[in-house]
This record gives sequence, structure tokens and C-alpha cells, in this order.
Amino acid sequence: MRDFATLFAALDGTTKTTAKLAALTHYFRTAAEEDRLWTIALLSGRRPKRAVTATELREWAAEAAGLPLWLFEESYAMVGDLAETIALILPAAATEESPSLSDTIRALTALTGQPVAARKAAILGWWARLGTTERFLFNKLITGGFRMGVSQGLMTRALSTATGVDEAALAHRLMGDWQPATTSFQSLIRDEGEGTASRPYPFALASPLEEGPEALGDPADWHAEWKWDGIRGQLIHRPGLLALWSRGEELITDRFPEFAPLADFLPGGTVIDGEVLAWDRVNHRPLPFADLQKRIGRKTVPKKLLLEAPARLLAYDLLEDGGRDLRNSPFTERQARLAAILSDLPPDLPLSLSPPITCADWADLAATRQTARERQAEGLMLKRKSSPYFTGRKRGDWWKWKLDPFTLDAVMLYAQAGHGRRANLYTDFTFAVRDGNALVPFTKAYSGLTDAEFAEITRWVQKNTLERFGPVRRVPPELVFEIGFEGIQESPRHKSGIALRFPRMIRWRRDKPVDEIDTLDGLRDLLRATRA
Amino acid sequence: MAKDPVLTFTDRGIYCPAGDFFIDPWRPVDQALITHGHSDHARWGHRRYLATHQALPVMRHRLGQIEAQGIAYGESLRIGGVTVSFHPAGHIPGSAQIAVERSGEVWVVSGDYKVEPDGLAEAFAPVPCHAFISECTFGLPVFRWRPQAVVMNEVTDWWAANAAAGKVSILGAYSLGKAQRLLAGVGAVGPILTHGAVEQVNEILRNQGYDLPATIRAGQGVDGRTHPGALVIAPPSALGSAWARKFGPAEEAFASGWMAVRGIRRRRALGTGFVVSDHADFPGLLSAIRATGCERVFVTHGYTAPFRRFLAEQGYDAVIVATEYGEEPEEPVETIES
Ligand SMILES: [Zn+2]
Ligand SMILES: [Zn+2]
Repeated sequence: MRDFATLFAALDGTTKTTAKLAALTHYFRTAAEEDRLWTIALLSGRRPKRAVTATELREWAAEAAGLPLWLFEESYAMVGDLAETIALILPAAATEESPSLSDTIRALTALTGQPVAARKAAILGWWARLGTTERFLFNKLITGGFRMGVSQGLMTRALSTATGVDEAALAHRLMGDWQPATTSFQSLIRDEGEGTASRPYPFALASPLEEGPEALGDPADWHAEWKWDGIRGQLIHRPGLLALWSRGEELITDRFPEFAPLADFLPGGTVIDGEVLAWDRVNHRPLPFADLQKRIGRKTVPKKLLLEAPARLLAYDLLEDGGRDLRNSPFTERQARLAAILSDLPPDLPLSLSPPITCADWADLAATRQTARERQAEGLMLKRKSSPYFTGRKRGDWWKWKLDPFTLDAVMLYAQAGHGRRANLYTDFTFAVRDGNALVPFTKAYSGLTDAEFAEITRWVQKNTLERFGPVRRVPPELVFEIGFEGIQESPRHKSGIALRFPRMIRWRRDKPVDEIDTLDGLRDLLRATRA
Repeated sequence: MAKDPVLTFTDRGIYCPAGDFFIDPWRPVDQALITHGHSDHARWGHRRYLATHQALPVMRHRLGQIEAQGIAYGESLRIGGVTVSFHPAGHIPGSAQIAVERSGEVWVVSGDYKVEPDGLAEAFAPVPCHAFISECTFGLPVFRWRPQAVVMNEVTDWWAANAAAGKVSILGAYSLGKAQRLLAGVGAVGPILTHGAVEQVNEILRNQGYDLPATIRAGQGVDGRTHPGALVIAPPSALGSAWARKFGPAEEAFASGWMAVRGIRRRRALGTGFVVSDHADFPGLLSAIRATGCERVFVTHGYTAPFRRFLAEQGYDAVIVATEYGEEPEEPVETIES
């Protein structure tokens, strides 16, 4: 793992993109091919089959370090990363070995399904032989979550520089469900692997539009549509194959059986980009995201859910038409072809065009955007009519113009230290609203402030702790924050009966006294209003 | 019959009733015994100071006109009903643990300490005692330092690689203690430049006879162009500042025990972090406590809650005392001495 550890140290030790690119390119030129393949897999979120649970890792590490489990947990709360905690807490190896990355992964994979005693002996043996950095990486192979500050795009660029293979072609080849165990480095980058028929194209992503759209120029150059609040998906139909991919490159075909009949009606060689939504068949509009959420994470869907929350795909774009890659054609051309294909479909199929919005002038459009919530949309999308279907995020052609979030003022009740970059700062807070004389906790939030503000709050928390529960501290209800969120739904799991979507801190309201914060009744009213 | 404790913990600092003096007090007092010259221990405004001969010059430099008496390591001094003595703490040059003895009962205040000899500070010497008041800045078992020689090699290699790439190496380190320790321990690659705050301490310690390599104060006409491939040692607050940018193409690094944790290292948004601490690591704390043979431990300054509980489970009579030394370990790295 020496090459891999060196790569990791180089990536971890810099924030400069050029330095990261250089380190990756060097690695993709010099490391063993098998290790390169695994590195691509790890950096794109794949990981070996899990051989050990997190609970086992904690118990074994505490035991190997000769420490009580509670002290391990305290340490973990400070470090914020299990793999790192274990790497740091164990005594240094007497003599360090460095097996190759792929050999290590093979050995780990072979451990799955073995009896506990065998797995434990093997893991303890590895820990005793690896240096601290390699021990950390080894643990990461087990726990997953290999984020090294390398985007898929950066990795693809480095791989392209190192191999001479075209970057866009590589980006497409790295998509889908290829597995390092069943392919080789050469077949992956030269496109000789299996599963190429079902492989999705890289998604084109929009950038947030911070100001109004006036700076975009003539509205006639732009196509506007709703930004739906569902799951972005790519539907692929080729002879004998229908596949639905999520943006996270997860194959989700089987979770949405209502799309299966599309195979009988869509022409061969059709690839559609769209939004999967739970659909209100009576009122012909999307159901709230909460209804779709019930279906996410379920491998098989009970009949009842299929009736209550039937899925529908609203199509945004056409990437492949009759087997021809359309991505470089202008948006309007793709849109016209898409509309033609969809208009030929029987009307009862769960697939239709995401309706375009007339975009005569920006003021009209702004007014339309204000109605997004009533339509269960998050805002508008603006796409340049001449734009290609580009790879990844490319500023300028596609914009998402979201509604302003809901906001309310709440008081902090608990604080917890953050993880990773923010270990040893208090960044995770629990907030309450008023209910008569009581304070009812209703949400947590952990982002939205500057490091300087977090540092100031950290000092305040340390001086004002009322009680400690492990890493959590109870503080007097004094600090008021404006909380922003995208949606609200009922939740029996929460004490307040309410759950927020994407809560975050908008700002620290030093000016606001605690008795002026929002109330639980106010939240309930909002819930009713969004349901109506 | 319960005896009065030799030392008590007051809102002004650690107090000895039988000798009527304070140790490292944080509010003005008449008689202050000072473990070492860091600003959280040696504060301004006391009437009389007592510290080791080695600690006094820096204290005088930092505190200005003070009425101070020096004492040698190991020398005994009778104050009221107790005998006090100062013993090397290995933290920085001149740093001491302070032992207070009353009728055969010995209490020791550790101040800040480090058990591994660093070649510059007087090496830590355990003092047998009944009660030990110990800092625990790094009192969690994830803190385990590697031998100093290994880390110094890393620093030297980093410097050499930067020099080869035509860059200056700017290393952030606390200006009293850490900076000089790095100077004394790093290999000879090229010229060493210093920030004024560091150089002032260098001059004082050199005059006292501490062996430091030659350094040049950075400033007008002394930068990366006049001294290519130089190592620059500066206080952490200088990193990323306009002052640091004047050196031309440079790499920056920070030397601190906190750099052991990746999340903290990344928050600094600095390229490199070297794990160099002037405090004991977790095994160091335990070995130091064990070596005193004490039964009672008062823990302060750091991860006090888990450290106390662990000591109690090891059979010690362990108690947390609140002091105003240092900052809590959760403090942002920018504001802590380590
Ligand atoms: Zn100190
Ligand atoms: Zn201190």
C-alpha cells in the first residue's frame, strides 16, 4: 500500500488542484495496474465487501489498545472518524510491512463470512503490522467513505493525462456498476468491460443562480422548466434491457416496477434524463417528497405503497435517440426529439415530458417561480437553448433558480463537536422553538456559519456547559439563530412531531432575545399550509 | 484526623496556606511561584516572583520590571511552614515542576511537562510525591508521539524538498520553546531565518548558554531572494499573513501536537502539519504519574473528564480541578499554545 499511502498523503496535504492533479497523474502512471484499478474504484465510491462491522472494529481496537470501550468512544467523539481513531489509538507497529493495495483488498474480501475468531485474528494481525497512515487507509477500506478531496472530474482528468484516453470517453466509461473484481484496468479505460450496454452517461449538473436571471441576457435564448423535488434519474432502454440509474450511480430499476412496461413502448436505444416523483394521479401533480422517501431504500415495494405513492418520470432531456449519442446536439433539438417520442406513448404510462414554462420576460418568470411550492417544485431550471448535454457541472449553460428557503428563529439547547475538518469545534447544534413556557427541540443543524463564528460559539459553549452527555453538552437557552429549511413534514419520531428538510443556520441572531423566537404553533401552521 | 491539604485550589490559583504563596496564579498575588515563562503560567502583576534561574530571563523580557528571585533546580527553600523545590519538567528551557513538602508530605505541581528529552530543555525528572497536580492537554489515548528524531527527519526532508523546488519553507511554531526546539533539532539544509518574536527569545536563550544554531532575523533585505531555500521559523499567527507572502514562493507548515488529528490539520487549511508537542502524550502522562508513586492525582488543563475517569479506574484517587491554564483542548488551534 506504499504507493497508495504516498498518493493519499500528497492529496491530503494540499488544497491546490494542480498539486492533486499532479499526484494522481503520477500515481496512474507508476502504480501497479491492479492497484490503479482499485484506486479508481475507491475514489468513485466503490468499496470491497464489508468484512467487519463498525461495532466489531471498536471493540477489537479498544481491546488491542488495552483500553476500556468508553475511553475509545470518547476518543472517537473527538477525532470524528472511526478509521483514524483506530489508527491513532493502537501502539506503533514493531516492524512495518506494506502489502499491495489489491492484495490487501483481496485478503479483506476473503474474510467475509468467516467466523468471528478468524476475522478478528486477521484484523488484529494487520493492525500490528501496518504503520499509522497505512493502518488508517486499511481501516478506510473496511469502513468505506474514502473521500480524499478528489472529485470524479479531477480523477478522470488525471487518468486521461496519464493514459492518453479522451477525457469525455473516460468519464462515460467510469459510470455504471463495473466492479474492480471482474474487470481490469485496461478493459475499463479501453471500454472492453462487460455491462457497457446498461452504462449511464455522466449527468449534466446545473449551478445555483444566486442573483436574478437578468444577467443571463435575452429570455428568448433560454428554456425554463420546474425544478422538481424528487430523484434525478437516467432511464436507459436498449434491446432486451431497461435500466434506471440515480444520480448517485445506483441502479434503481427494481425499486420502481411501474416503469417496466416502458420497455414495450420506447424505441430501442433511448436514454432519457428526468426526475422520478411520487405522483398524485387524481390531481395530476407530484406528491410531497416525503411520499417518495417512503420508497427510497426499499428493495421491494409493497402493493400498498405502489398505490399510495406511484412513481412517475418527468423527462427533462434526451441523451440517446435510436442508439445515436445526442449529447452534442443543441438543447432545443434534443427537446423536440424527446417531445416527439413521448407524444407517441400511450397516456397511461408513467412517463411524460416535464412541461416547459413560457419564458417571455424575466419578471413574468420570477412571478411564476413564486408559485413553485404549490406545485411541489423547488424552483425553476434555466437551460440555454443552444447548450449541449455536458459532463458534470459546467457554469454558464444550466442554472437552478431555487426558491428562498423557509426561515424561523430558534434557540440553541445542545452543542456537539463536529467531525473531520471541524473536530474540536462545536458545530452541531440542537434547536428549540417555544411552546407556551416550554422549549421544544425540533431540529439539528450543523452548517451555515463561518469558522470564526463556530470558534466564538465553541468558547461560549465551553464556558456555559450545564451538563455533559458524552460528546454532547447542554447549554443555557440563550443563543438565537435563524434556521433555514427547504420543507417541512410530519414526523412521529420527533418530539415536536415535525421534521425539516435540509435545515441549516442562516445566521446568528445576536440581536434577537430568546422570548421572541418562533413557536411550535407557528411550525404546525406552516405544516398545514404546505399540505393544503 | 483529616489533615489540612498542603495545597488548595482558589479562584486566584493554586495556593499553599502554610507557606502563604500561590503557584502560577492567574490573578495578582503577593508571592507567586512560577513553573515556566509561558503567558498562561507567568502572568503580569504579582508583587514577588520565584522561578528557576533558567526561566527568569525570558520572564523578565516578557513581563518587564518584576521583583523576582531565582532558584536552582533541586535547591530547597523554606517558605513559612513548607519547603519548596523546583525540578525539570522537560517542557521548555527553564520549565519546572514545583514540589511542596510539609512534615514529610509532598505535593507536586507539574506545570506543563513532556517526558521525552528534546536535547534543549532540561530533561523531565519524576519527583516522588503523595499528591500530583498534572496537566492533561493531550489526555486522550489517540495522542501518541513518535520519537523526536523521526519527526525531525520529516521536517528536514520537507525543508530539503522545498529548497530543491526553489521554495522557502515557513514553519509555524510557538515562539518560546517550540521554535528553539525545532531549531536545535532540524538538520542542516540551508540558512535559517526567524520572525522577530522568535529571534528575541533566541538571543535571550543563547546568552544563557543554550546551544542554538545560527539564525538570521528576517526583514528588510532578508527574504527568499537573498536567502533561497531558507527555513523560516515564525509564530503560527504569521502563517498565511502578508508577512509570510514577502518571502516569495513558499510552502507553509505548522508544528503542534494537534496536528496528529487529521480534522484539525485540515481545518488549518495548511499543506503540512508536523506532530511536535511540548506536552506529554497519553502514555507519557501515565508513565509520569506512575513514576511519582502518588496516590492522589489532580487533573487540570485538557481532557480532564475522561482522563480522570481512566485514572480512577486504575485505582488512583483522581479529581478534576479547574484552572485557567491554556485553553480547553477544543479551542481552535490558532489560539492555543502546544
Ligand atoms: Zn507551557
Ligand atoms: Zn500551559
